[in-house]
Amino acid sequence: MSLYDIIFYLFAAITISSGFVVVSSRNIIYSAFALLFTFFGVAGIYVLLGADFIAIVQILVYVGGILILLLFGVMLTNKITNVDIRTGSIHVLPGAIAVGIILGLLSSAMIWTEWKTQPSETPVTTTTALGKLLLNDYILIFELLGILLLIVLIGAASIARREQE
Amino acid sequence: MSLHVGLTHFLIVSTILFSMGIYAIVTRKNAIMVLMGVELILNSANINFIAFSKFGNFGLGGQIIALFIIILAAAEAAIALAIVLNIYKTFTHVNIDEIDNLKE
Repeated sequence: MSLYDIIFYLFAAITISSGFVVVSSRNIIYSAFALLFTFFGVAGIYVLLGADFIAIVQILVYVGGILILLLFGVMLTNKITNVDIRTGSIHVLPGAIAVGIILGLLSSAMIWTEWKTQPSETPVTTTTALGKLLLNDYILIFELLGILLLIVLIGAASIARREQE
Repeated sequence: MSLHVGLTHFLIVSTILFSMGIYAIVTRKNAIMVLMGVELILNSANINFIAFSKFGNFGLGGQIIALFIIILAAAEAAIALAIVLNIYKTFTHVNIDEIDNLKE
């Protein structure tokens, strides 16, 4: 059992245990903060997979952006003065059974499939190669995503603004 | 499946994350919790893409797709939260099992 394996199991434990807190906690604030640790764990797994740039983007965008956005959503949609930030669940038992079946099927498929693994060479820094790919092979999708972000910005602002009386 | 970490281990972690996201989506009442479930699912898909990008020796295509998924997740979160805020303004709560009208 090498150091790589130990670090993998550490990050997997962080990701899965905090993910479990996310889906099972009754207090939505606890869920949001557990989601922070889940994202950090996933970023660690990215580093182990040799994707250093994606890991940094994960921390910047998810932890710095999306999680803050979700926290704003939590704060703005609960009556903080009444301290009622608990949230209920519905259909817990059928949901758990269905998810258990999904988990069993998917993981047995993952385990019993003979994947043709051919590990790439020693991990190198990927930033330069990713930038070249983005501006050569994937330039159309890159530009389209820029337009999409502009549309999303305008759309979110126009959906969420208060109507003038 | 040996103890030495290989492709299967990453796939199993991503499968567990995916199942937890599905569970959050189907059982939680609060719309923000449903959004968190969607984020968990997108993360599990990203782990799969990057794992196959490394172990399949396909080059960096999987990492590019993961980057695009992260951008789409950010866009989705912004739009969904705008909609959730509008729902809150209309109904004064965000419990998705009680919201069955498009307008008041």
